[in-house]
Amino acid sequence: MAIDDHTVEYVAKLSRLELTREERELFREQLSRILEYFSKLNELDTTGIPPTSHVIPMRNVFREDVVTPSLEREVVLDEAPDQEEGYFKVPRVFEE
Amino acid sequence: MRENATTKVQDEFEIVIGLEIHVQLLTASKMFCGCSTRFGAPPNTQVCPVCLGLPGSLPVINRKAVELGLRTALALNCTIHPQSQFHRKNYYYPDLPKNYQISQYQYKDHPPLASDGHLTFEFDGQARTVRIRRVHLEEDTGKLVHVERDGTVLYSLVDYNRSGVPLMEIVTEPDLRSPEEAREFLSRLRTLLQYLEVSSGRMEEGTLRCDANVSLRRRGEPLGIRTEVKNMNSLRAVEKALSFEVARQREILQAGGEVVQETRHWDERREVTFGSREKEEAQDYRYFPEPDLVPMVLDPAWIEEIRRTLPELPEERRRRYVEQYALSPHDAALLVENKAMADFFEATIKLFPQPKTVCNWLLGDVTGYANTHGMEFTDLPLTPEKLAEMLKLMEDGTISIRLAKEILEEMLATGKDASSIVAEKGLVQIRDEDALRAIVEEVIAENPNPVRDYRAGKEKALTFLVGQVMRKTSGRANPDLVNRLLKERLHG
Amino acid sequence: MADQITDLSAVELRERLVRGDISAQEVTEAFLQRIHALDPRLHAFLYVDTEGAIAQARQVDEQVLTGARRSGRELPPLAGIPVAVKDNICTKGIPTTCASRILEGWRPPYDATVVERLRRAGAIILGKTNLDEFAMGSSTENSGFGPTRNPWDLTRVPGGSSGGSAAAVAAGMAPLALGSDTGGSIRQPAALCGIVGLKPTYGRVSRYGLVAFASSLDQIGPMARTVTDCAILLNVIAGNDPRDSTSANLPCPDFTRALQVEVRGLRIGIPRECFVEGLQPEVREAVLQAARLFSDLGAVCEEISLPHLDYALPTYYLIAPAEASSNLARYDGVQYGYRAKAGDLYTMYARTRREGFGAEVKRRIMLGTYALSAGYYEAFYLKALQVRTLIKQDFDVAFQDHDLILMPTSPTVAFPLGEKVTDPLQMYLNDIFTIPVSLAGLPGISVPCGFANGLPIGLQLVGRPFDEETVLRAAFTFEQHTEYWKARPVTSDTVTRDKVKE
Repeated sequence: MAIDDHTVEYVAKLSRLELTREERELFREQLSRILEYFSKLNELDTTGIPPTSHVIPMRNVFREDVVTPSLEREVVLDEAPDQEEGYFKVPRVFEE
Repeated sequence: MRENATTKVQDEFEIVIGLEIHVQLLTASKMFCGCSTRFGAPPNTQVCPVCLGLPGSLPVINRKAVELGLRTALALNCTIHPQSQFHRKNYYYPDLPKNYQISQYQYKDHPPLASDGHLTFEFDGQARTVRIRRVHLEEDTGKLVHVERDGTVLYSLVDYNRSGVPLMEIVTEPDLRSPEEAREFLSRLRTLLQYLEVSSGRMEEGTLRCDANVSLRRRGEPLGIRTEVKNMNSLRAVEKALSFEVARQREILQAGGEVVQETRHWDERREVTFGSREKEEAQDYRYFPEPDLVPMVLDPAWIEEIRRTLPELPEERRRRYVEQYALSPHDAALLVENKAMADFFEATIKLFPQPKTVCNWLLGDVTGYANTHGMEFTDLPLTPEKLAEMLKLMEDGTISIRLAKEILEEMLATGKDASSIVAEKGLVQIRDEDALRAIVEEVIAENPNPVRDYRAGKEKALTFLVGQVMRKTSGRANPDLVNRLLKERLHG
Repeated sequence: MADQITDLSAVELRERLVRGDISAQEVTEAFLQRIHALDPRLHAFLYVDTEGAIAQARQVDEQVLTGARRSGRELPPLAGIPVAVKDNICTKGIPTTCASRILEGWRPPYDATVVERLRRAGAIILGKTNLDEFAMGSSTENSGFGPTRNPWDLTRVPGGSSGGSAAAVAAGMAPLALGSDTGGSIRQPAALCGIVGLKPTYGRVSRYGLVAFASSLDQIGPMARTVTDCAILLNVIAGNDPRDSTSANLPCPDFTRALQVEVRGLRIGIPRECFVEGLQPEVREAVLQAARLFSDLGAVCEEISLPHLDYALPTYYLIAPAEASSNLARYDGVQYGYRAKAGDLYTMYARTRREGFGAEVKRRIMLGTYALSAGYYEAFYLKALQVRTLIKQDFDVAFQDHDLILMPTSPTVAFPLGEKVTDPLQMYLNDIFTIPVSLAGLPGISVPCGFANGLPIGLQLVGRPFDEETVLRAAFTFEQHTEYWKARPVTSDTVTRDKVKE
């Protein structure tokens, strides 16, 4: 399963990862190799096999609708790279 | 038949509209954590590790939110899926703290909470059925504030109070055929949600939000290219925005052009829709089952319990009002549309069992007062007990209709009850025949001409004379009594 | 005195603390001293909470130990016992970085459930241990703050991703440590450092406050020098937590009651698929010798087959990165941690993540994003979930006739630093025996079972879901009949006991 530059670029964009040209090269080569190895799974016929997304069968875990204390705002904003008047501050959303 | 722009378009094109409605659920705490859902708190004060998506935090489903979803699904005649689960919808945006939204996605053996329902309502004198494609649960995002200078966004601010508030998404099939019908459907749905006590349904506050898919097609042809219209913040806006969009698409199609598939925003001020400048990057949400939440397997007994405790729904109630209380279909519909008023109506007729009278007062003077003062019905200081007391005073003749109207206005303005207003202002009707006879004598003496006219057979003159008596008594005289006394005197 | 203290197990420390021979402060200071002496060479810790630990110890001395000694009341299980915590477990007010630049300096506003339980049990938190960034790796070389070294040979890796916790325990810098295991991250470093490490059944220990790598696989577990110490630590951290929907609502036994020298009649399966090329001969020999010992002690050892074992690696490396790509999306520079300078949001995101994440993390995010993206979902992610079902079924079948499965923990002993960093696939192959167990959510322990060229070998024992008791009983029995666990690495040159003969 070879991956082309376009796919690497697309996946990097979906992942919000800026890549250097070297990284792009390296990832293209490594991911291709890894996926080729993974194509081993195609040896198995899995028709009709249910997927396992939770390995231990559990169901119906709920909480009751009860309000519990929130965090202090100062504690929350203390960690923020940038803040203003009780809000988290971020660079402008480019497209808008 | 109504005659307007869209009905004309229907001659050439068929309008196809589907709605996607997001409803904030009336829970005390958020979808996956215990933070309060209260509206209007200072920014970032109703947050915790879970709704901030801090590393290491984990969600736990609010049982009440599921119950409200099920209540809605049952009322919309949906198939409830015995097993469903949550998924992650992955995309980056600063109002989404984890950069994925916990939602439900239909994929093979992972159905949403419910699907394949319908809502039937009357529109333009016809019964219309709109199919409901799906009902599912998800979490709301935070709120972004864009800080601008000279029309350019400089930076944005994020408040996560709304992050994690329970949302229910209701998606219809594209069964709506005009903007008016879409508005009517949404209005009926909103009333239904209010009856179910699932949502406050306030579009202006954003507790009910609606996006629409709109397309036109020539009759008999496959579906046309659609646009998605967003940012409609009232029922009126929905109708206006859709009318605008229909007209815009029609113009393009008539000129032989092609509609571009895109998201368009409604500009309330300019009354136009405009295409977003966002690049229409192919959406690749990479849905997968949320590993942090285990599947929900809904116990049929639980669903039965919810079905059993469903309140009377608006359509049933409307029918009952016509059959049981002999209200006109029009009045019944108006009354039922406002759940608070309909509940008020029922409480009042228990104390004053004359449904028509109570209905007339509620839809007439009470609604009129609320409208002129820009108030919601629920804001009025009126109780069923107070209204019933006033109506009884009127019925037993203590006050006249005219007085009753004045007293009601005073009641609505001050919150006082009718009897104390009557006592304070000395408004009790004069029913002492001797006292009234003296006034009748005065009026006859002062008005020789009308007296002559009446005696000459002009019935109308009597009305004038009654009016004069009423004037002298500041309206406190019992009009029936005055009538009788005048007739006795003039005929005698 | 200090040297003797750091050589004691948690059980021995507790005896002395109860008797009043030593104080919690003395114990804590002894371990802190050893950390200061050894850690510059080993780099097992990312943060040592010297002041906090001493303050905590004083509090335990004054409020817990003195009172309990006077009144004869039962002491909380870990009163005055120091514990090292892997740095992907949230500690309120104490930096939690996951060994990533992107979280440098982050101080969580809350404690993980396991940390709350440690504190309630009277444990002293010494500090936070090194790991592969976000627990992605098998050598601790992927740490954003430099690798940890193996106390048995400073030129070799300690395994990973809980390499810091394993090295800290092996070198006597902490009697107990918490690790986390997604595909072998407790068991493999335990094996490579010659200690005991237990991955409990998925759902046995709350994940609340464990920074997620792959949510359907992650599990916190105990690491110690003895099976008994592991059981004691497991007792404290295990149990249902309403804040973790995937934590099992099952009663928790007292795991120390399982510690009996008794394996007669125990049916042990040995998967033939484990003994293939790539398995170091000394490891093979040590594991088979362990099986012979169990047979001698009355257990029934039989060859079994796990036919899909070979598919576990690709399955795991699709599922775990897919979940990781989503779990790690939140590191975007908005709320906490590192933010790169940029004029618009997209650039801020992309640059923050480029500068904040290391190569392996990026590789797995890319791999996982690809596996989930439109058009590939069915071929990769869904396919992997289906094969996961087949792997789990293999174990279900095996456990119909067997109580336990015995296999190597790792195909080789500790390898030299730098040997595999440039070849991700080679690195991934380290986990071929631990990954299937993780995919099936089963409990697994690694106990020392021999040495090759002076480097420890680990034996893996795997049980049925929620049957940690059988796993602990077998491990304890093995430990009581062997001496490997008594050996100490030469790095801890202050330790008096000799290395056990190979």
